[in-house]
Amino acid sequence: MKITSLEDLKRIKEEAQKRALLREGKAEYKITVHMGTCGIAAGARQVMAAILDEIAKRNLTNVLVTQAGCIGLCDREPLVSIEKGTERVLYGDLTPEKARQLVASHIVNGQIVGDWVVHTER
Amino acid sequence: MKELSLHVLDLVENALRAGARRITISLLEDSARDLLEMVVEDDGKGMDEKTRQQALNPFFSTKGKKVGLGLPLIAQLSKQCGGSLEIASEEGKGTRVKATFRRSHIDLPPLGNLAETLFVLLASHPEVEFVFSHEVDGRRFSFNSREVFRALGTENPGGNPVLLSALRDWIAYHENTLREGQTDEDYKS
Repeated sequence: MKITSLEDLKRIKEEAQKRALLREGKAEYKITVHMGTCGIAAGARQVMAAILDEIAKRNLTNVLVTQAGCIGLCDREPLVSIEKGTERVLYGDLTPEKARQLVASHIVNGQIVGDWVVHTER
Repeated sequence: MKELSLHVLDLVENALRAGARRITISLLEDSARDLLEMVVEDDGKGMDEKTRQQALNPFFSTKGKKVGLGLPLIAQLSKQCGGSLEIASEEGKGTRVKATFRRSHIDLPPLGNLAETLFVLLASHPEVEFVFSHEVDGRRFSFNSREVFRALGTENPGGNPVLLSALRDWIAYHENTLREGQTDEDYKS
């Protein structure tokens, strides 16, 4: 469906709210996309858009997506960290496709994707 | 950077890091003057004169790193494309960065996916007021994020991914039709 007007947006918002009410929950996961100049040049925007899109498609309401700056690992950009409680996993060398798989594997199924991990903190 | 819209994102990231609450993004394309102008203005903490003068030095950063490439990259690009970069800043008031380009220059990257740039910004910083305007030969698409949210009856769409995706599609639709010469709309609530 083409979204051309504020009326279209309003209708989508109301439908989304109805669904959100069915499965109300606090943010369980926090996803941070590193968005320094190095990240942006390496494709962090496309990675973040893919994550947001995947979350919308799956209608996940327990995820907070945010941004941070450069952390000095510019050669491993795009970098994304996923936090749950005290556990923090940093993934590197991502693409939009890998980012979508991360949402499915790490968030939905609770499985860390070992091959893409740069660092883990517990 | 492969797209000008990535430079826009980079400039806005600087503004966010400076603690801005209101960020104005203005793009102007004028065929008659062969001009593309990009302005990002914020109400963040601003820079003192010494910092401002250093801002285009790639080996200078205020973020504890040895390099700071964002502004030098866009300064280089604008110079290469027959334009210039101006930075005006006042401590405690904010910063205004204006980049100009010769619109027909062979080295000018495409504007790219502006809707995606705005999408990631609105999603991660819904509390910031974004004032966006894009003018192409006298036609314009503009909106104020706060007014759009208010018109939709929500304070903060951050927790509503479906609405955020719809917002992206709405912006993309207007950006596309602006290019085709159809859109001329200012959203006011």
